[in-house]
Amino acid sequence: MYTLTGLKLKNPIILAAGILGTTGASLCRVAREGGAGGVVTKSIGPMPKTGHSNPSMVKLDCGFLNAMGLPNPSYPSFLQELEIAKKDSGVPVIASIFGGNPTEFKEVAEGLLPAKPDAFELNVSCPHAEGYGAAVGSNPCLVEAITAAVKDTVNVPVWVKLTPNVSDITCIGNAAESGGADAVVAINTLKGMVIDIESGYPVLGNRSGGLSGKAVKPVAVKCVYDLYTALEIPVIGVGGVSSWQDAVEMMMAGAAAVQVGSAVYDRLDIFSEISTGIEAFLQRKGYSDVKELIGLAHEMV
Amino acid sequence: MLPLNATIVKINEESPSVRTFFFDIQFETMNPGQFVMVWVRGVDEVPMGLSSKNSITVQKVGEATSKLFELKEGDSFGLRGPFGKGFSLPSEGENTLVIAGGVGAAPLAPYAEAARTAGSEVHTVLGARSAEDLIFEERFAKAGEVYVSTDDGSKGTKGFVTDVLNGLNLSGYDRIAVCGPEIMMASVFRLLEDRKVLEKSEFSLHRYFKCGIGVCGACCIDQSGMRVCRDGPVFSGVQLRDSELGKYMRDASGRRVKI
Repeated sequence: MYTLTGLKLKNPIILAAGILGTTGASLCRVAREGGAGGVVTKSIGPMPKTGHSNPSMVKLDCGFLNAMGLPNPSYPSFLQELEIAKKDSGVPVIASIFGGNPTEFKEVAEGLLPAKPDAFELNVSCPHAEGYGAAVGSNPCLVEAITAAVKDTVNVPVWVKLTPNVSDITCIGNAAESGGADAVVAINTLKGMVIDIESGYPVLGNRSGGLSGKAVKPVAVKCVYDLYTALEIPVIGVGGVSSWQDAVEMMMAGAAAVQVGSAVYDRLDIFSEISTGIEAFLQRKGYSDVKELIGLAHEMV
Repeated sequence: MLPLNATIVKINEESPSVRTFFFDIQFETMNPGQFVMVWVRGVDEVPMGLSSKNSITVQKVGEATSKLFELKEGDSFGLRGPFGKGFSLPSEGENTLVIAGGVGAAPLAPYAEAARTAGSEVHTVLGARSAEDLIFEERFAKAGEVYVSTDDGSKGTKGFVTDVLNGLNLSGYDRIAVCGPEIMMASVFRLLEDRKVLEKSEFSLHRYFKCGIGVCGACCIDQSGMRVCRDGPVFSGVQLRDSELGKYMRDASGRRVKI
């Protein structure tokens, strides 16, 4: 058992937001078959949204580019899915939520409370939804106000997911901490674009989107490293993790836990595979606790 | 993969609302039942079952397919795939029953051909609203016997494919492959379950896809949480027991919509 912001996780490898998280059944499958220590839902907002037109995600040699556009059924319709995940997944369920301002965030958080999520993750980092995500998440004052508004509303931990598409991610991390966040999650995708040279059209329906997968891992490691120094609260590392080696590296940079997203493309049981790999690594290196890895790189000077 | 550039080399009018687009890319390794993501540039990208190694067969139903219908030979669109799990092929000497409704015949025509090539006896139950809506009757006939049903009785048995199935000895088949409108598939599912042959069946499901590659989760079905784009689109009848088949599907926002 692994404790993170008060949550009891089966292991420190968590399903990232926006991946296989639209239905309660798929969240349960990731937990049970995949072996995730916890699961984060698709980001849920105040109104139903169909998202951007397709193509909404393409695989590249170096990772994935996506622009889903925050499709979600809105919080009233998502309640039943969240209830299923809570009832049958057997792991903590973290509700990812978004809104355009503190009031909307508060409304969505309040609306999902009846299904008793174990924590909330605030999406202030989606790079391709007008008026939402990174549009609010690159403004430290808004991030602090949003975090404070949700903290006022709920009595479960609140994580804040940060965008790397800012000049200084620690500034946004500090704002989340000041607002009362229990942890920050870093990073969301990096802005990117691919163009079909046969036609000249950008490939994504939204024209541009967010890059995830292998290419972003070094960026994520650096962001986590910097946030670990700047903040008191735990940093949850996410971005390009697809092996236990990646997860260990992320923890050495300062991650108290690791989220895995795009790598479910390779296999669903990536979570148990990473978790088992970390255990073997700890044993081989003679560490008594996975916590000894957290921030280790900072001591190596 | 990024979309490949597919140039249209031939267009066949299969029925008043269904056309086959042949393109200049050959998916040599495709399994019947697999799909491609068809990108009509500037409009949308939609999943389509391959009706042969180098064609898709499309019913005009929405914005993307309407735009596709405006394309002519020499025009091009984007293609990603083939993706997903197709129908499992029979072994030599096995008896195969194909049950196709409407444009659901598209992925089943190459399946019937491949099953025949594999040395299976192939029978097809082909249903449509009326005679002019029957798709690929000739291709199925080349693979084996065909039983036709039309809603209006303009050809074959008047009624649904289930009316034909009622008269067949289903225990004589080793494999049963089904694709068609969801309501038809749900009726066939119940019939096969009643006749205790569900274990032999496979169904190709249609759901709203976003990523098409098994990552986003928009197409997951209840109660299993399986991804139609990656774990399917072809599922065994047994996998679909107690599923949402015939009851509801999720729209682009993830809301459940009754069928």
